[in-house]
Amino acid sequence: MKRLLLSLLLMIAMPVVAEEVVLGLSQDQVAITADFDGSEILLFGAVKRESPILQDPPLEVVIAVSGPSGPLTVRRKERKFGIWVNTDAVEIDQAPSFYAVATSAPFNQAMSNVEDQRHSVSIPRAIRSVGAPMGIEDAQSFSEAVIRIRTDEGAYQVLENTVSVDEQTLFRTSIKMPANLTEGDYPTRIFLTRGGKVISNYETVINVNKVGLERWLFDMSRNQPLMYGLMSLAIAIAAGWLASAAFQVLQRR
Amino acid sequence: MQIYLPIAEVSVNAFLLLGLGGMVGILSGMFGVGGGFLMTPLLFFIGIPPAVAVATEANQIVASSFSGVLAHFRRKTVDLRMGTVLLTGGLVGAALGVVVFNYLKSQGQVDLLVRLCYVVFLGVIGSLMFVESLNAIRKSRKNAGPPTRKKHNWIHGLPLKMRFRVSGLYISVIPPLMVGVLVGILSAIMGVGGGFIMVPAMIYLLGMPTKVVVGTSLFQIIFVTGFTTLLHATTNYTVDIALAVLLLVGGVIGAQIGTRLGTYLKAEQLRILLALLVILVCAKLALDLLLEPSELFSIGAAGGH
Repeated sequence: MKRLLLSLLLMIAMPVVAEEVVLGLSQDQVAITADFDGSEILLFGAVKRESPILQDPPLEVVIAVSGPSGPLTVRRKERKFGIWVNTDAVEIDQAPSFYAVATSAPFNQAMSNVEDQRHSVSIPRAIRSVGAPMGIEDAQSFSEAVIRIRTDEGAYQVLENTVSVDEQTLFRTSIKMPANLTEGDYPTRIFLTRGGKVISNYETVINVNKVGLERWLFDMSRNQPLMYGLMSLAIAIAAGWLASAAFQVLQRR
Repeated sequence: MQIYLPIAEVSVNAFLLLGLGGMVGILSGMFGVGGGFLMTPLLFFIGIPPAVAVATEANQIVASSFSGVLAHFRRKTVDLRMGTVLLTGGLVGAALGVVVFNYLKSQGQVDLLVRLCYVVFLGVIGSLMFVESLNAIRKSRKNAGPPTRKKHNWIHGLPLKMRFRVSGLYISVIPPLMVGVLVGILSAIMGVGGGFIMVPAMIYLLGMPTKVVVGTSLFQIIFVTGFTTLLHATTNYTVDIALAVLLLVGGVIGAQIGTRLGTYLKAEQLRILLALLVILVCAKLALDLLLEPSELFSIGAAGGH
């Protein structure tokens, strides 16, 4: 009872910052067509509030867009008998195929370590790996390698100071999605923070889908694999014959 | 022009693929090799996932081999009888090879074995061919006459003789069958059509004339790779038809050019060029094993070890 009273008191004493996100997306669907060459998504929004704007600590915005997650095997090469061979392997339970974090300030400033841990926002937190096999002591270096390799490929992006916030109310950023995108739901999270603490968060989903010919071919390869294989062979044979016939005509002239 | 590949799930430049297909097609038409041992590493290099590259490559080889073999049929340089015998052995060998492959997989380190297989076979075949064709060229310069290669050895003592008219051979079917089985095993393990092993085997072990060898090799590659394509499409779903079409458009045109280029070259020159190519690929693979890679870690699909 005492504790309840105390917390009630605290709630009254603390300024009630009821700030909420109202989000807009330039597109909530990404259609992968045959000439798909990456896509840029504009995320913008406003902060809805009933109380006057708090000046200090300032409002920061953290936006995280994640691709579909799946398990991975990471292998490490070692020199044995003079040649480089894969020796150790570690299974990573969950790693997103794409991950972008955009912030309005340096990440550590926008979100505290505790909040990051709770919401799994930064890239190392978004990768989950439990239990490396026996005999591998530096399991950490395997998940670091995933981050390094995917960052080099542009699949993982840390975009600090790229969310612009106007008057602590309007914010916007754009996230570039690479051309080699995997199909699926891309959960998108927006966090409002003050002094590193999350005061409000909002979640939505961006849908990435193959359409048209891409969709048809992909579905066929999964649903009618034999037909798909025979079709591939038929195309190959037809193309081979066509080229041969065409060259024969050309040569006669 | 960028194009998104539906199965590989990457976006690549369409003209780059056309060019690659064309280049490998030329080699295929000239030498009677499928070009898989060359194309597959190239596809890895431009970022196609390995499983998709291997499966799609098989499909593309069907096209360029078919295009090439038609040109050879017209010139009557395909020994159908020999091709059928080799193919029979090849299919038996491929089945055996899959068993061997799965056994090695259960032992781990199959990747390394495949690589070592490549280095050893490419190296040995390449250097043997290189030396042999150099000698042949030197000999033909000295005494201008055609070298006599009709030797009688133990092969001619075997039973079940058969006449291979196109090749001008009257030998037992046992050696070609054995060659077929051997190449089948190797191609199943190494994941290629096996042309680069088959061609030297036909020239040096069976004593077939080089001109017939190319067409006959292409003939049997069509069936082996066609079978492989179907297998990959139905079990792994890794054949990317969009990628295959782009590669094979370049490939079939290249193969036509290649077969015509091949007629301008002497047999020895043809062999020495193929030998150099094989040695080059071997050197590249050997360096990959010997030099320290810039990235020690690699990401693979889950489940495999």
